[in-house]
Amino acid sequence: MSVNVNRYKCGYCGACVGVCPVGALELVETWIEVDNTCTSCGVCAKICPVGALMVIK
Amino acid sequence: MKQKYDVVVVGAGPGGSITAKTCAEAGLDVLLIEKRQEIGDPVRCAEGVAKDALIRHIQPDKRWIAAEVNGSKIIAPDGTEIKMSEEASGGKAGYTLERKIFDRVLAQQAAMAGAEVMVKTRATGLLRNNGCITGINAMYMGETHEIKADIVIGADGVESKVGRWGGIDTSLKPIDIDTCAQFLVSNIEAGEYSKFFLGEKYTPGGYVWIFPKGPHTANVGLGILGSKCGNIRPITLLENFMKNHLPEGKIIEMVVGGVPVGGPIKQTVADGLILVGDAARQSDPLTGGGIINAMDAGKIAAEVCIKAKEKGDYSVRTLNEYENRWRATIGKELNKSLKVKNLLLKLSDEQLNQLAHSLSEIDTSKMELPKMIMILFKRNPKLLWELRTLFI
Repeated sequence: MSVNVNRYKCGYCGACVGVCPVGALELVETWIEVDNTCTSCGVCAKICPVGALMVIK
Repeated sequence: MKQKYDVVVVGAGPGGSITAKTCAEAGLDVLLIEKRQEIGDPVRCAEGVAKDALIRHIQPDKRWIAAEVNGSKIIAPDGTEIKMSEEASGGKAGYTLERKIFDRVLAQQAAMAGAEVMVKTRATGLLRNNGCITGINAMYMGETHEIKADIVIGADGVESKVGRWGGIDTSLKPIDIDTCAQFLVSNIEAGEYSKFFLGEKYTPGGYVWIFPKGPHTANVGLGILGSKCGNIRPITLLENFMKNHLPEGKIIEMVVGGVPVGGPIKQTVADGLILVGDAARQSDPLTGGGIINAMDAGKIAAEVCIKAKEKGDYSVRTLNEYENRWRATIGKELNKSLKVKNLLLKLSDEQLNQLAHSLSEIDTSKMELPKMIMILFKRNPKLLWELRTLFI
């Protein structure tokens, strides 16, 4: 379970990191890293200002 | 970089830099780290501040003031304009900042006061001793370092991890965050007022803003409440707004970001740890404004750090003073804003128009928001009954 980040769309704002309930995301300078604690809950994808995240089930 | 500091501040935004500067001025050993290569960039902010609040912290300087504004205009869904927040003396009431320069100047002031500053340095975890936080793990240029400190300040913004590592749940639910997009738009008449467009017709659960950055440029942006966005993206709504309202505008920068709007969280200190600014969810739930609150909180945090150093006690017992002081000031205002926001969310565009019309014979131009809300309440008690507790 994970999320896919479209790096060509992502504005590296960190909003997704703030809403992740398990802390699976991290904003490293200009990219988002997802660790293996991701539960594919999809909150990040829902609030992304540009729609750069897609949940992989 | 030293092995040990009195205070390590994670994040060189306005909150972090004010904390670092104030601690350093008192002679504390301070390290301020910023994960990006550049401080102040990329911007994630609409850059509007009230003049009187800002000058509590820094002397205004042309280098980081993009524009001055006379006041604010709130625009109801039917186009009714309400002027407010003008200076009584007729002077300029607010600024639109150039955050890229403003944030750098604040970090520079911290440095000049004696703080060490490290950029491209990211906190990756916390050090602990007997349950007490005693520093951070940090990565600089791909290498990890242990940096010890008596107190860690988490000023790491909306994406804060420091609080979570310290056992404080700072995760935002969709209802607690505004998801936002903004263009820096050129080739328009920016006017001399900060404008706020309210209503579902523009954006669900947020507002559209136009903040002048010069005669012909402005920050034009909007926020959607996370719980109301469905499949709509702020960037799409903003593109639509541009087409309909500023077709001549030319976009010269894009900004995106999330703003905490859920009001105060339960806890912002732990043993050896203090959270400041957006990391402590101290941005205003109604306006989304966070710069001044972060700076005010940073000042309080630093004063508490200085006391803790004198006492040699970095536990919650001492750091709780921060919690109490910010809640009694900033926190009180956040709770009021939250009440007003929660009510506004329930109102239809028609009801918002009705509120705007109820002010038609009143000169609101010199009023601040609390006064105006009181008048709105008096004129529309039924509609705004929930707000009665604000005036007790």
